[in-house]
Formats: sequence, C-alpha cells, structure tokens
Amino acid sequence: MKFKTFGRHGKEGFKNLTRNSWMSIASISAVTVTLLLVGVFATILLNLNDIGSQIEEDVEVRVFIDLTSTQEAQEQLEEKIDEISKVSTVEFQSKEEGLEQLIDSLGSEGEVFESLKDENPLNDVFVVQTEDPQDTIGVAQTIEEFENVEKVEYAKETVERLFNVMDIARNVGLAIIAGLLFTAMFLIANTIRITIVARKKEIEIMKMVGATNWFIRWPFLIEGVLIGILGSLIPIALVIFGYDFLYAEIKTRFPTLFIDLLPVYPFVLEVSGLLLLMGITIGLWGSFTSIRKYLKV
Amino acid sequence: MIDMQGVYKTYPNGVTALNGLDVKIEQGEFVYVVGPSGAGKSTFTKLIYREEKPTKGTVNVIDLDMASLKQRSVPKLRRQIGVVYQDFRLLPTLTVYENVAFALEVIEENPKNIRRRVMDVLDQVRLKNKARFLPDELSGGEQQRVSIARAIVNYPKILIADEPTGNLDPDTSWEIMHILEEINETGTTILMATHSQEIVNTIRKRVIAIEDGMVVRDEARGEYGYEY
Repeated sequence: MKFKTFGRHGKEGFKNLTRNSWMSIASISAVTVTLLLVGVFATILLNLNDIGSQIEEDVEVRVFIDLTSTQEAQEQLEEKIDEISKVSTVEFQSKEEGLEQLIDSLGSEGEVFESLKDENPLNDVFVVQTEDPQDTIGVAQTIEEFENVEKVEYAKETVERLFNVMDIARNVGLAIIAGLLFTAMFLIANTIRITIVARKKEIEIMKMVGATNWFIRWPFLIEGVLIGILGSLIPIALVIFGYDFLYAEIKTRFPTLFIDLLPVYPFVLEVSGLLLLMGITIGLWGSFTSIRKYLKV
Repeated sequence: MIDMQGVYKTYPNGVTALNGLDVKIEQGEFVYVVGPSGAGKSTFTKLIYREEKPTKGTVNVIDLDMASLKQRSVPKLRRQIGVVYQDFRLLPTLTVYENVAFALEVIEENPKNIRRRVMDVLDQVRLKNKARFLPDELSGGEQQRVSIARAIVNYPKILIADEPTGNLDPDTSWEIMHILEEINETGTTILMATHSQEIVNTIRKRVIAIEDGMVVRDEARGEYGYEY
C-alpha cells in the first residue's frame, strides 16, 4: 500500500469516528473503564506476585531425621530427596549446627541452652530448597512418606495463604476484566456497524468500480484502532502518575516496610504498553467482528 | 468479450432466474437487452460484473472464466467494467467532480492523472461547467451524465447500463442515448437493459430479448418486443 493511500485511510477512519460521535464516545468510555480496571489489577497483581516471590525465596522444607537412623540410612534418604525432580538443593545440617543457630538467633537469652550442648535434644536436619517455591507443599508431602523421617516442617500456613489470596485475586480480576473486555468489544463492533451502514452507498460504489477489499476495510479498522488508543489514554496517564504518587507515599509513610514495591520505572511503562496494546487489540477485534458480518467483502 | 454458454442461475431462495442462457457479445457492440421484469435481465448483467456466480454453465468475460475467478481478482475485473444504474447512485455530499474522481481515488490511481482525466470525461458528457455542483443541484439527466462519467472514467472495456433512461423524460433520454453512442464509437462495448420501445425502435442496434431466463430472440438490428 502506498503511503499516500494510508493517509487517506487514516483521514477516512478519523471521519468515521466523528460521524457518529456519541457512539464513538460511548465506545471510548467503555475501553477507558475496562483498561482502568486492567491497569489497577495489573499493578496490584504484579506487585503481589513480586512480594510473593520475595517471601517465597525464604521458603524451605526442613526434614527432621529420625534419631535412631543409621549413617547409611541418612545417606539413602538424602539421595532419595535429591532424586525428587522439583528439588534444587539438599543441605545437611547436624544437630550441633542447629543448636548453634538456635542459640545465636536468641542472642543473650540463648545462653541458657549452652548447657544442652552435651545432651542435644535436636534432630539432624536436611534443609531442602525447591526449584519453584510453589512446589514446596508437594515436595514436603512427598518427603513425609519416606523412611527415617521423623517430621517435615515448612512455612505451610504462610505459603498456602499467600497462594490462595493470589489465586483468588487473580481469578476474580480476570473474570471482571474478561467481562468488561467483551462489553467494550461489543460497543466498538456496534459503532463500526453503524458507520458501515451509514456509508453503505459509498461502499457499494467502491465495490462496483473495483476498489480492493482491503482498501474498503482499512478505514473501519483504523476507526476501531483509534477508539482503542483514545480509550487507553486516561488509564495510561492514571497508571503513570498514580503509581508514582502511591509509591512515594508508601515509601515515606512506611519507611521500614519489609517488602519492596516494584520501582516506578520501568514498571509503569510496561503496564502502559500493556494497556495500549490491549486498547488496540479490542479496537481491532471489534472492527473485524463488524467488518466480517456487515461489510461482505 | 462476453461469452455465456448454457447458463443456469438459481438463487438460494429457490427462484430460478436463468434457464440455459446462451449469449455471445463481441468487442465494440451496442446491445439492447429487453424483456419483462423478472425475466432475468438483471441476473444476466450481474453475472458479467461478477455480482453473482452461475449455478451451472460457463461465463467468460474479457477472457476471464467467472467460475475460476478468485474473490480477490474480482476488483481487477470490475475496473474494466463500468456500470450505470437507473437511480444514478451518486454520493450526495460530494460535488460532481468529486463523485467522478472518487472512482479513480478508490482504485489508487495516481493523483497526478486524476484531475486531467476527470475534467476530460466531464467534458465528454458536457458537464465541465458544473464540476463544482452537488448532485441535488442538477437535473435528472445531468445526474445520469455524472454517473456515466464515473462509469467510463477508468476506460472500461464494457459499459453496462441498467435502464439508464428509466427515470428520465424523453428529451433527456435522447441526450443520454447520444452520449452512450459516442462512448460506443470509441470502442467500448455497451449493454443496455431497457423498457423503452421508442429508443430501441429508433436507434437500431442488436436486440437480445430474455424471457423466463432464456434468450428468446437475438437480432442484429432488431425491434423492441419480447412476447411471442
């Protein structure tokens, strides 16, 4: 396609947009509302995800070895744990090391345990890390079945609750967004349909004199894309300025917060890119729906 | 130029429009197509510019086989065929000039050539002085001349006129006929569907009469009429 022709399609597409301005505004608003929610959800979910992985990195499985087990049995157990495909590292921690750690972690109060060094009540432990933090629960349950294992400990509650919250948030968010996406797409399709009907005569003449199908389609595609882009402007502005503001606000109010939010850049640019892309996609989708149904070219 | 052999056309709703039609038209001919309403005249013309496909039989237009012509090649065919309708079908918001130029713009003609070509063709239909008028400001005959100008602006090999004088008074009709004759003299094949006995019997040309989806009469210098 010649550049000049593309200019014409752009102009026609823009003319289409202004031709039924109320329908266009309705469609743009629908895209705006949809993408606003997408923006907010994306911001929250991506941050949750990041916080999640920050916490998850500390998640480990502690396997308490049966006190009566022999050296040989311990080695066998280590091998078996290592063979589990999702396990990344297995580290042996003797009960002496365990006690040292315990004493250290308790500081001055730990000194009372010094006397226990002769009669160490702790178990030898395998500290197991999984490749993916999500596998922690599964791996722990597998190891629990093995022989010579007294018990298995992991941050069960924390891990499970975190994953549950994230799953629910993600699913609810996706459902709402999917519903809104369809609404926006439907409104765009309807707007394009009205334009097509309004330009029926022109389209007939174009077909009659031998305009190519793509020549006829382009202005309507551009109209849809324009609706998508215009609809994404407010959400993008809000994400960029809103997140910047919130980030600074949280940093100053809770300076000691143990978790880190994602830094403003490039995060907001990535979300903006996503919003723009989604706007364009909904616009194209709406256009194609109507073009296929009503243009008959 | 146009060659149809054993053409049948049945529409999806069960109506049979053509019933074994045989027609052969050479380049440069001027042909009247007559017949009662619903006899298949419109379907016959639609087959030529590939608005419809035959159910059975072969249709050849400008050496293209309509049965095997791909959808995306249809525009190429239509650029060689001009169509004029009874109701003009002009775009009311565009001027005379713009209406004619539109036909060239949408086939991505070089803009440098458009202006000269449009003015030439407006001169040919004697509307050069009304280039800036809107269709509503013109008489019926003038509007039909605009639509003829639009149909021939891309030098078509075939011009199909579907009752071009159907909405016009007799004087204006003669005017249109003279313009069509002039176009024919430049070598353009003309197919004109008409109900005007006066025109057919005065300006003698080949007459093809279609009835019940078949050619019932085909005379080199025929008269109007189709009922036997």
